[in-house]
Amino acid sequence: MCGICGCGTSEMVDTAPATLAEHRHDHDHDAGGARMVRIEQDIMAKNQRYADANRHYFAAHGIFVVNLMSSPGAGKTTLLVRAVEALKGRVPVAVIEGDQQTGLDAARIAATGVPAWQINTGKACHLDAHAIGHALDHLPALDGGILFIENVGNLVCPAGFDLGEAHKVVILSITEGEDKPLKYSDMFHAADLMILNKTDLLPYVTFDADAAIAYARQVNPQIDVQAVSGLFGDGLEAFLAWLDVGSIRAQQAAQQATLSNKVVVGDRIVVERRAG
Amino acid sequence: MHEMALCESVVQALGEQAAAQGFARVTAVWLEIGALASVEPEAMRFGFDVVTRDTVANQARLEIIEVAGEAWCMQCAARVGLQRFGEACPQCGGYQLQVLTGQQIRIKQIEVM
Repeated sequence: MCGICGCGTSEMVDTAPATLAEHRHDHDHDAGGARMVRIEQDIMAKNQRYADANRHYFAAHGIFVVNLMSSPGAGKTTLLVRAVEALKGRVPVAVIEGDQQTGLDAARIAATGVPAWQINTGKACHLDAHAIGHALDHLPALDGGILFIENVGNLVCPAGFDLGEAHKVVILSITEGEDKPLKYSDMFHAADLMILNKTDLLPYVTFDADAAIAYARQVNPQIDVQAVSGLFGDGLEAFLAWLDVGSIRAQQAAQQATLSNKVVVGDRIVVERRAG
Repeated sequence: MHEMALCESVVQALGEQAAAQGFARVTAVWLEIGALASVEPEAMRFGFDVVTRDTVANQARLEIIEVAGEAWCMQCAARVGLQRFGEACPQCGGYQLQVLTGQQIRIKQIEVM
């Protein structure tokens, strides 16, 4: 979204002035005037600036944004279809789909009547905040609504990229191992909510839900846990209630910000990525 | 994780610095990587060599400064070392840990001509 990120008109560049380091003499001068420049630049800072801009926009418009992540095949899209079916007509809802290839997932969402935009990342293994800003150009106004971002199926890379969402949600299907939270600890550390999906298959697998929850809390003591069957809808009420609470809070914050004539912005600082 | 994409971000940052500060070549880069940043230094080295080709940092040397992770243990009320998420507090064995540092991926300094 050019209005948010400014790209297309002028690229966001790091304007922090670089300072020259003290001239060091642990190097020879044959190279013809090599010098040291101290720059202290966070590699994730650029994504973080886009994420902050997205978060600023979402806060100003009272939009509750959820970033859904899992390994491929954990049932993100099936769960999403259920959730948007239940939410549509009550609040404005839209979905941004991320996949390396195809528009199949966006088509599944669009079939419910909810606006969806597909991002194809090509070779990239994750969505970044810049792509999210642009995807907003293709969706209708969502003031006071809920935006779902379905990330690329991958339990590793998406954890490292803030998109400006209110919450990261990790979906772990019970056909995967209960030890996934320990094996992919960065993802479970980054998430605020873990949804155990495909609970309808529990009688047929050896998945130990208590162990999965214990492992997730070992990695992230604050993580909330819900259990659903995305296919049949069991347990969906808790997820919908969680979404309602988040959406109401986002709307209230936007109203208060309008009243006090200032915009609520997250407390993120670009110097270092958020700790948790 | 996505070391190649991170290397591309490094090269982009170097290009911006070169344009802003008017240097022609980067001959070395000091990159600080936290233990909790989910970055594999060896994959970073491989990606860096590939991504820097035909850029301002062509054939530049990559120096990686690995930084230990640290967390605040709620139970011990103390700063403790943490090398990966899901690891217990080395003092009390508990998991009530709040990360303090170790997630950074940062260019510290560069050698330019």
